[in-house]
This record gives sequence, structure tokens and C-alpha cells, in this order.
Amino acid sequence: MKLTGKVLAFFCLVVFFAGCLAGKRPSNEVTVWHWMSDRDDVFRDLAGRFEKETGIRVRFELLAPSESYRQRIRAAAQTNMLPDIFGVLGEKRDFAAYIRSGFVKDLTEEMSKQTGDRSMAWKDTFFEKAIAVNSFAADNEFGVEAGIYGVPLDASTIQMIYNKQIYKSAGLDPEKPPLTWKEFVEHNRILKKEGYPGFVSGFGELWMIEAMASNWAMNLMGEEKVFDTYRGLVPYTAHEWVEVLNLFKQMADEGILIDGAVTMVNKTAEQTFVNERATYAFNGSWSVNIYRGMNPHLDYGSFPVPAISSARPMRVWGGSGSSLVVNNRSPRQEEAVRFLRWLTAEDQQRYLAQKTEDLPSIRAGREWVSGVQAQFVSSIETVTHPNMYPVHEDPAVQEAFLKGIQYILIGEKTPEEVAGQTQRLKEKELAKTVGMATAS
Amino acid sequence: MNPKTKQIAASYVFILPALFLFLVFSVYPFFKVFQISATSWDGISPDAAFVGWNNFKDIFFDNPVFWLSMKNAFFITVLALTIQNLLALFLAFLCDRDIRGGNIYRVIFYLPPVLSGIVVGLIWNWIFDGNYGLLNHFLAFIGLGDICRAWLAHPQTALWAVAVIHLWKGFGWGFVILLAGLQSIPRELYEAARVDGANSWVVFKNITTPLMIPVFILVSILTILGTMQIFDIIIATTGGGPGYHTEVPMTRIVAMIVGASKLGYACAMGVIFGLILLVLSLMQIRASKMMRQV
Repeated sequence: MKLTGKVLAFFCLVVFFAGCLAGKRPSNEVTVWHWMSDRDDVFRDLAGRFEKETGIRVRFELLAPSESYRQRIRAAAQTNMLPDIFGVLGEKRDFAAYIRSGFVKDLTEEMSKQTGDRSMAWKDTFFEKAIAVNSFAADNEFGVEAGIYGVPLDASTIQMIYNKQIYKSAGLDPEKPPLTWKEFVEHNRILKKEGYPGFVSGFGELWMIEAMASNWAMNLMGEEKVFDTYRGLVPYTAHEWVEVLNLFKQMADEGILIDGAVTMVNKTAEQTFVNERATYAFNGSWSVNIYRGMNPHLDYGSFPVPAISSARPMRVWGGSGSSLVVNNRSPRQEEAVRFLRWLTAEDQQRYLAQKTEDLPSIRAGREWVSGVQAQFVSSIETVTHPNMYPVHEDPAVQEAFLKGIQYILIGEKTPEEVAGQTQRLKEKELAKTVGMATAS
Repeated sequence: MNPKTKQIAASYVFILPALFLFLVFSVYPFFKVFQISATSWDGISPDAAFVGWNNFKDIFFDNPVFWLSMKNAFFITVLALTIQNLLALFLAFLCDRDIRGGNIYRVIFYLPPVLSGIVVGLIWNWIFDGNYGLLNHFLAFIGLGDICRAWLAHPQTALWAVAVIHLWKGFGWGFVILLAGLQSIPRELYEAARVDGANSWVVFKNITTPLMIPVFILVSILTILGTMQIFDIIIATTGGGPGYHTEVPMTRIVAMIVGASKLGYACAMGVIFGLILLVLSLMQIRASKMMRQV
């Protein structure tokens, strides 16, 4: 029995000391978990500067790729081991779930305090839309208390990009990209005649299709009618939705979309565009950095998604590129907020933008971005994004609609069929919701 | 306490850490999945609403896409069980004979399975590319330019293309196991049969096949389990598209977690999928036992 006792005691000691070692951490050290592998060095550099200025140590931990990061954050939330600062990737309902569960600090009060040399409230230093994606309005569908919960580190817009060199070679004016759908189709016909490839996008990633389709839907019927569709008040069989779907059919019929784009991931689409195997791409402002890395001599410009109606403005997707939140259960909330305030001040934002070629999240950034970045930032005040919508589509219906567009692109379904199938599913999901509400 | 009891107690203490780890990392998650599958949990909130059998009912009666994904996985599995394993058996036969450079072939055949599925997917993306792909280039070169296409994006070829990638990546496993099985058959049996005048077919039918049945069972079960759970290759090539043409159960489960934040529903899918795999494996074992008796 002596031996048994010794083994038990040894086991207990190992467990005990392992626990002690794991918990050892300086009291004023702020930990940040992030997924942005392209700027980890820049973050560490900035953390070093912050420590010199304030004495507060900030430790950045990179957890990439983003999918692993999402899972890690979920797991950490379950065990109450989230760091002082972290980012919530995913949809607004995920963000809301973290807030409802008490993991995210409400920064509304902090955001109202004045900051920096410009003597304005912290929130007012940012682009309005960059703050909007981090905010929850009163009486939102997620039941989250109204407020600002995240700090945007950079901004983004998703637009069309075109190769100016190919435009020149095809006899098109490189300074006049197509601003309407009609022009877009005409330019593509010229390109095709001259033997140049058309349009590429990572349509294998459904969110890219969603971005383009919702841009057109809002242009054609206005935001409210799109939201009414999500509310179940307007059917997907409405002629505007069918017209939107018809644009994808025309895209397929005219051979505008390059072969294989329907299952392509955005990374491959970026390579395709950079290698001049497509004249147009649909991509975000982050691509400036990617394109520069792949082909520094690429001559390209950016323009909004070609409009189909002049009755309403063309709203592109955008807002905050990446945002960070403060852990509401952290004992170092004050230091965390101080660091984020410092990180989003003009000097640091300028440094970040220079190093990453991303759009800054602060308004002052307009003054120091140029070239293609300036074209991207020009639409930042009018952007839209599901994270700003007051209402959201059911994920199953959304998927059916977007997969339906893939079916249209491969010629297996007509716009009317996709509209009808999506609407039937929508009605079924609505009936389920009503049933559940009645049951509860 | 008598010495024997002490000895037994000491033995239990020694297995305690392993038992602890097994309970925490295997048994607990196993039962937890069943528990979560009866909730509508989003994977984040501390509370999960109990929904009973609702998730299961919805999957069985109201989720055609899940069953389509099952059909797709089953299609690839049938191809793997036949083409992949026949190829593996053929190559194992060749390498079982004392051919020159046999070890080099073994290494070459075993290379694809040790590569990451994502890497394999990216390489085959390039081969199957519709515009500049190696396959299309080759087809055009031999005068078959008419059939060139984006193999992974075309509705009629996408699932076949994904299956080809999986077969290429997977045949090495079967090859190694089958080769080990072939080499474990005593050579004296072959020699005796030859002395008795048996030809190659008779030797294969009456000696190799009966002795290889346990190995065939093992390879078949591993093929079924491995292929039905295909995931990384799909993610790296088609993402389940175009439409739902290459969706498999694993992509549906992940879509439920990542795209819809329905962890409870995803767990219910996982439970059903796990039970189907279990039934398939049991059927396979039973069929093989019956074959052995024949």
C-alpha cells in the first residue's frame, strides 16, 4: 500500500504544480488573441512601442487560420479562458451570442470619451460604418442591449477590380471602367472578341455571391424591400429578385464568368486575376496588399459593382475589416481599453495602413491613402454589410438562395426555379418559427 | 489487506492516469455529443434549450440536402471500395513478387496518403483547372480539346473529379495493408500448389483469397470509414459545389456549425452519420464472415 500511496501522491503533486505554472502571469500584461497572420509582426512591433510608452506589456498570440481561431475562441468561452482582448469572427448572431453570454464589454461609454489631438469622441474618429458593424441598435433581433461592443482596426470595401493593361490592349479606355450592367456586358463582349478573359470571383465561397447579389438587390429594390424579404413580407418570387437572379444567368450565358469560378475559392480567384487570366475581379480592399505581394507591377483600378438601376445608389459591402473586443470578465479591462484606444490613434493607424496596405478605420485616414486604396475608401461612407442589417435571413434559406445562384451559373436551374424553391423553403422556415413560438 | 488485493489495487492505481485521460477525452465527449444533439445550442451561449428529438426528426424528414450529401459520399465510397482497392491489390501483387526496385515502388505508392488533404486538393485544383489545367492541356495535345472543361466546376464531372483525387490519395493505405497480408502467407503453400500443377488463377482463388479475407475485411472497413468521412479534399477543391453536387456529410456538419451556428443540430447529424457508419461496418463484417464460411 505504501507504493500505491506514493504513486497517488506523485500524481496529485504533478497535477497541482501543472496548475500553478499555467496560472502564472504578470498582473498588468494584456493578452490579445488574433488570427491576422499577415500583420502579426506589425502588432508585436506596436505592442513593444506601447510598452515603452506606458509600461503595460501587451502579448499578441496568433491563432491562425481563421477557422481554427473561431473554434479556439468558442472553446475558450466555454471554459471561461478568453484573453483580455480578442476578435469575434463570423456573423452578427455569433457576436451577439458572445455579448449575451457576458464575454464582451460594452464600450459605449468609453467610445463617448474624448480622445487624441482632434478632441472628439473616440467613436467619432472612426468611419461611421466601421463603428456600425460593431454596434447593436435598440430592439435588435438578437436581444442584445444597444451599444458599441467592438473597436475596428481597419476598414474595408468590396468592389470590382479591373486590369487596366488588358483594357488598353483591348482598345477600351483604361480610365473608364463600366459603371452600369449594360456597359459591363458591352465591355465583356469587346474583351471576348479580342480574346481576353472576363470576370473571376471566388464564387465557391458563398459570401462572395451574397455580396454581389445583395448589392444588386438593394440597387434594384432598395434596402427596405430586401429586409422585408428577410422578414417574410416580400417573396423571393418578386420580379426584382428574379431580375437579380437573371443577371447571374446572363453572366453565364454571355460567358462573362471564367470557367471554373463557380467552385473557386477567393485565394485562387486572386491568383487568377494577378496572373492576368481575368480582366475583372470582385474582391475586397485587402486585396491591394495581396496583389502587391503577388505581382507588384499589376496595373489595376477599382470601381463599384455595375449598377442595374439609376433610381437608387449602388451600395457595396464594407465597413470594418477586422475588429477587436474587450473581455468583460478580464481583470485588466482598463489596460485593454487603453491599448485599443492607443492602437486606433492616428500615428498607429497610419503605421498599420502603411505596413498592411489595408484601409485605416479612422476618418483621418482619408487624408493619407492614395491610388487604388483611395478608390476603395471613396465608398466607405455608403457601404452596407449584413452586420449592419436590422434583420437577417435564416441561414438555411440564405444557403438555398446562394447555392441556387451556383446552379444558375452552371446552367442547371432557371432564375424562376431558384426563386420558387427559395420561397418555398422560406415559407417552411417561417412556419417552423411560428410553430416554435406557439409551442413556447 | 492481503498481498494479492494490494497488488491488484496497485495495478489499478497505475492505470488510473490512462483511465482518467480516456474518460475525459474519449468517453465524456462521446456522451456529450448525444446530449448536445438534443438541444438547440449555438456553441457559445452558456444555456442550451432542450428540443428532444426535434433535430433528429428534422434531419430525417426535412433535410434532403443531408441525404444528398450521404448519397454523394456513398458514391465515392463505392468507387473507393472497387477501383481504389482493386488497384491497391494489383499493385500489392506486383510488389509482392521480387521485382527490381520493389522498395522504391512501395515508397512511391505510399506517398499520397501521407500528404495533407489540403495540399493534395490544391495540386489537383491545378491539374483540373478549366483554363490552364494540366489535364486540359494534355487532352488538347492529344486532340481531345472538345472535352476540355473545368472538371471540378462542371455538374457532370465534379463528383467524379473529387472521387479521382480521393482514390489517388487513398490507394496507398490499402496497398500497404494488402502487401503486408500477402507477405504473411507462407510461401510453402504456393510451392506445394505449384508442385500439384495449380495455375496462377487456381492459386489465387484457393490459397491467396481465403487467407486474405481478414485483410480484405480490414481494408474494406477502413475504406468505408475513411471515404464516408471525406472532407479536406472537398474543402480544398469544390467546397461542396457547384450547387450541392459534391456536398458530403462532413461538409454539411461543418456548415451547420460554422455557417449557421447550430451546434446541437450538427451534433444530431454527427450521431446519425456515426450510426450509419457503424451499421455499414457491421454489415461488412457480417458479409465477410458469411463469405469465409462459403
